[in-house]
Amino acid sequence: MSDIISVNGTPQRLPDDPRTSLLDFLRQHIGLTGTKKGCDHGQCGACTVIVNGIRINSCLTLAAMHDGDEVTTIEGLGTPDRPSDLQKAFLEHDGFQCGYCTPGQICSATAMLQEIANDWPSDASEDLEGPPQLTGEEIRERMSGNLCRCGAYANIVAAIREVAEKSA
Amino acid sequence: MRPFAYGRPRTIEEATRVVADDGAMAIAGGTNLLDLMKLQVETPEKLADINRIGFGEIEDTQAGGLSLGALATNTATAVHPRVRADYPVLARAILSGATQQLRNKATNGGNLCQRTRCFYFTNVDQPCNKRDPGSGCGAIDGVAKLHAILGTSEQCIATYPGDMAVALSALDASVDIATANGEKRTVPVREFHCLPGDTPWRENVLEEGEIITAITLPPPVGGTQIYRKVRERSSYAFALVSVAAIVEMEDGLFTRADLAFGGLAHKPWHDPRVGEALIGQPPTSETIDRAADILLADARGFGENDFKIPLARRALHAVLEPAAEGAG
Repeated sequence: MSDIISVNGTPQRLPDDPRTSLLDFLRQHIGLTGTKKGCDHGQCGACTVIVNGIRINSCLTLAAMHDGDEVTTIEGLGTPDRPSDLQKAFLEHDGFQCGYCTPGQICSATAMLQEIANDWPSDASEDLEGPPQLTGEEIRERMSGNLCRCGAYANIVAAIREVAEKSA
Repeated sequence: MRPFAYGRPRTIEEATRVVADDGAMAIAGGTNLLDLMKLQVETPEKLADINRIGFGEIEDTQAGGLSLGALATNTATAVHPRVRADYPVLARAILSGATQQLRNKATNGGNLCQRTRCFYFTNVDQPCNKRDPGSGCGAIDGVAKLHAILGTSEQCIATYPGDMAVALSALDASVDIATANGEKRTVPVREFHCLPGDTPWRENVLEEGEIITAITLPPPVGGTQIYRKVRERSSYAFALVSVAAIVEMEDGLFTRADLAFGGLAHKPWHDPRVGEALIGQPPTSETIDRAADILLADARGFGENDFKIPLARRALHAVLEPAAEGAG
């Protein structure tokens, strides 16, 4: 059994205790504390990471289940010197207050832009088959798995919309 | 979380064997099971991670339908071109459930097997005949807002929480199952989930060691397809009431009305008499009320969920009136 996971391009050995969630593995075993633990039950989205290009809640999956997978965390998206477009947009639009949910918001939004590029519909899409229209309603529905208790939603939507419109 | 042994079977035969002989629980997406393990509602001694046994494909069937692999994700299913074009009620139902992050991990087989969100079931300090047989039902005289109004028993008034299975019930899909002795069997979705009766811990017909391998959709029937979900907020909430409807009209009369309901019972609720009452009738308020009368004849509220009885009636109107226009 191989037991290697790639995190931001670096191979890491998976933990021995199978109870370790992917979230606890990232934070406690390899010290990547950008990913946050909020509810630990898949309700808040603070732990969102991108696995093989797909966003998931890292709290609701075991690290052991990700043998061979490639994980991208907030640390893998950009750095303070070279932030990603979404990281820059969150700064410009004040897309946060306390910042605790922000890594999850940005990982989630990064994957969401790819989902829109793939023409995946959402519950807010009027047409299931056509390309999604990037309305505020669409962004809100697609980001409903990421809570912000400071209520920075309006600015989060503005930041995402700016990047989406640039890349469209 | 209690300690457990973790293994990765590589084939369906190996998976059914470890589930049947070693008492392992199968884990696929894990979004429901791991949540329950953290709450110690589930305390398996062994987990069989079945993500490497195959059954992740979505493929055309010889009959012209579609086979949805049990290990395909809810997202892969909802965005599949044929699901969007030929089974829109299913795409809509899946997209109305949970969040993108959860749908990206949740699998079709796991979604069918998801457990109730009754808060007496998920709180180990409370009585629950489903989790702890014989301990009583906290919900019957308790906080029962989300609970069932149809098919309840003295033992349990929990609901099946999912959306996908409600659409599958309207579509009359079937569940393909691998048995512990290497055989296969198929069960209609409409018969897959159980009513609580005297065995509320038994939520579906899977026997010891059985694993779902696929969901088979019949050839497309067309019609106007609608999934209407009524909930307390507009995203990421379970249904209070939901309606999956496939409707066709000819000369102003219903010629098809395949209906299933979520949020009302311990299983997706399909009562063929409701649709039959509509066939050959015009889509008038009176016709729809007669169908709702049949649906709700045996409905019983438990105080906090009494509102579901009129809500189900109104949801049926809200679905059938525009559906009739779209299909006319």
